[in-house]
Amino acid sequence: MNKFKLITLVLGYLFHSFSVAQSDKPYNPVTDARLLNPEPENWLMYRGTYDSHGFSTLDQINTDNVADLEMVWSFSTGLREGHQAPPIVNDGMMYVSTPQNHVLAIDAQSGNLLWRYIRYLPDDLQQFHPTNRGVALYGERLYLATVDAVLVCLDAVTGETLWEVTVEDYYDGYYMTMAPLIAEGKVMVGVSGGELGIRGFVAAFDSETGSQAWKTYTIPAPGEPGSESWPGDSWETGGVPVWITGSYDHELGLSYWGTGNGGPWMGDTRPGDNLYATSVIALDVETGELANHHQYHWNDSWDWDEVAAPLLIDYARDGQNIKGLIHAGRNGYLWFLERSQKSIGFVEAKPYVYQDVFTSIDESTGRPEYDMSKKPGTGFEASFCPSLWGGKDWPPVAFDPTSRLLFIPANDNVCSTMVGEEVQYNPGQAFMGRGQSENGGFFIRPGTSHIGELQAWNVDTGQQAWKTTFKSHNWGPVLATAGNLVFMGGTNDRYFRAFNSKTGDLLWEQPTNSGVIGVPVSFSIDGKQHIAVQSGWGVDAEREQNLINMTSGSNTYVPQGGAIWVFALPD
Amino acid sequence: MEKMKDTFKTKEISRRTALKLGAVTSVWIPSELLAQPPNRLRPQPGDQLIYGDGDFSGDLIDPTSIKLNQQPFPALAREPGSLLTRDGSRLNRLMITRINQEKLLERHQKNAAEGIVAFSAICTHTGCDVTNWNTEKLAMACPCHESMFDIYNGGTVIGGPAPRPLAMLPLNMKDGILTVAAPFRGRVGFTQQF
Repeated sequence: MNKFKLITLVLGYLFHSFSVAQSDKPYNPVTDARLLNPEPENWLMYRGTYDSHGFSTLDQINTDNVADLEMVWSFSTGLREGHQAPPIVNDGMMYVSTPQNHVLAIDAQSGNLLWRYIRYLPDDLQQFHPTNRGVALYGERLYLATVDAVLVCLDAVTGETLWEVTVEDYYDGYYMTMAPLIAEGKVMVGVSGGELGIRGFVAAFDSETGSQAWKTYTIPAPGEPGSESWPGDSWETGGVPVWITGSYDHELGLSYWGTGNGGPWMGDTRPGDNLYATSVIALDVETGELANHHQYHWNDSWDWDEVAAPLLIDYARDGQNIKGLIHAGRNGYLWFLERSQKSIGFVEAKPYVYQDVFTSIDESTGRPEYDMSKKPGTGFEASFCPSLWGGKDWPPVAFDPTSRLLFIPANDNVCSTMVGEEVQYNPGQAFMGRGQSENGGFFIRPGTSHIGELQAWNVDTGQQAWKTTFKSHNWGPVLATAGNLVFMGGTNDRYFRAFNSKTGDLLWEQPTNSGVIGVPVSFSIDGKQHIAVQSGWGVDAEREQNLINMTSGSNTYVPQGGAIWVFALPD
Repeated sequence: MEKMKDTFKTKEISRRTALKLGAVTSVWIPSELLAQPPNRLRPQPGDQLIYGDGDFSGDLIDPTSIKLNQQPFPALAREPGSLLTRDGSRLNRLMITRINQEKLLERHQKNAAEGIVAFSAICTHTGCDVTNWNTEKLAMACPCHESMFDIYNGGTVIGGPAPRPLAMLPLNMKDGILTVAAPFRGRVGFTQQF
């Protein structure tokens, strides 16, 4: 190695961030009070608010003028793979995380870069899901959960690294893609790795020091409540990851998290209900105690992670006002639950896409019964709908509290075929036990004409209000605004769109550089409303496209490479 | 922990702060500067090949048991004298099978030993283990993102998002024992994008 190369290498490793400009405004620290009640002009967390509504009260951009929406600026990230994070905005400072765990701090008005954090990932890392879904802000700090399972704390003003904490060993299959949830001074993260034989958990860290406050596993150890639902040693490598940001009920002091699949994928390798897989769990933010739970479906055998956190929505049923949780399940059912300090109660569940596995749902407990011919097992091939990506995967739904409508980015008419095979556990190696099926185990229901959907449901009636369809599959996170608008991309034609939230009518669309699988947000600067989103196709949207091409003979190409897009009305 | 109060002081970004921007964040020592433990080293010329998992894990690979175009199976390299297995890095994982050597492209012929070929098991896309096998295309396939690699053409990408071929490990056959003939042809694993 020559001297120049050596010096370059050393400098490259030493400097993880660089700055190119500075903001001329003082930084507005993010407090508990601001997180509890964010200003309309800011987007301070993953879904904007703790209830995960994904709703902006800004209405300057509305059904009357959205057709005039135009790009204000864009910024190329210089990276490939899935750009899924929401731009987080705090008084004109925008923070965007990307695949490979870069963080860009940008002047939200000009689009000029202020600083960039670059993470050099280990060469021997494997990334099942090369993406990141956002950063969290608290005080004057920024928090990033990395794909090599490290929690990083940066100075939000300078980008300087203040501390790093290893959450788990990536070599054993742990990784993180979610935006942290911050409440009561604790930075909470969950871990991915449900395909790699991990034992999932949520952990909380002191926002100041990074010291671990608590760690709650999603699989009980022998002797703990629920442990009887795991045979033998299966709990040690049973998966149950948590890879999407939870919701938080400040009154109850509880955070609500969705949990993923058990491992290996075939349920017959771990006979039992497998608590708390494919569930919602309520964790006490102060102590980490698992306060209560509801399991959407037991002994998962379909890779139907139920990781999207339920929305905190109070809704009406039969003349009663229910303090509720609502979740559009990957299992294709829309779940209406009731939350309290003591329990998570079942209220109602109904399919929102074609689902051929559940034969009934217990009216009091919500426990589904299965058509066992649709449940794959070791050496037993079965086909089922929806596909392993479910009626809706991770892309978040949104809720408009004024119209009472819940907006679901759904995929219908796609199904999977799976067969299990024996698999041996080796740390950090694939632990799915899925055999190979024809056409990648993917098929489209014969006689159907579309896959992607945007659905609107009235939460008080439990009825679908409208539905818009797309020929393409849909991986678009949803933003709702008080301008009676719903924003969403997600299709393979690179478009980002605005719909009338009351009718589903398409009002505006913009082709972008790539496919839009990023979480859209809205913010305001000097009284001017903006819409921001990342465009950058990859991860499972790309994988599903490959399978669609393979099975249907199409050759759809979606270019990769990320960019941030910011829109506003003309002056 | 004491709750964070709404008493944060705002601050102007001073010139001094601006100068500190981009400051050192943590110290990483490039692995190139360190002597690696021998079990982390990539397979070395002269190493023997052993089964990587299953009932015969750790045993020398029996070349006669490898069938033509069978699904590639996991293997590792082992130093012959010390019997040290090079299992200290994921990047050392191999996949092995037997191909029809006459159909192997000419420039890759010298890397095969009596029809037996070895490739890095690590996908060049995002580093997953390439464990699947497409019997129709005789291609190694990655279960993570559907990348496919043509093993009759040096591991060339024929499908999916992988940007580079799988690295091929040249082999020798001596006295019925498979050994490594030369270091990997090509870079192993994924590449940092930035």
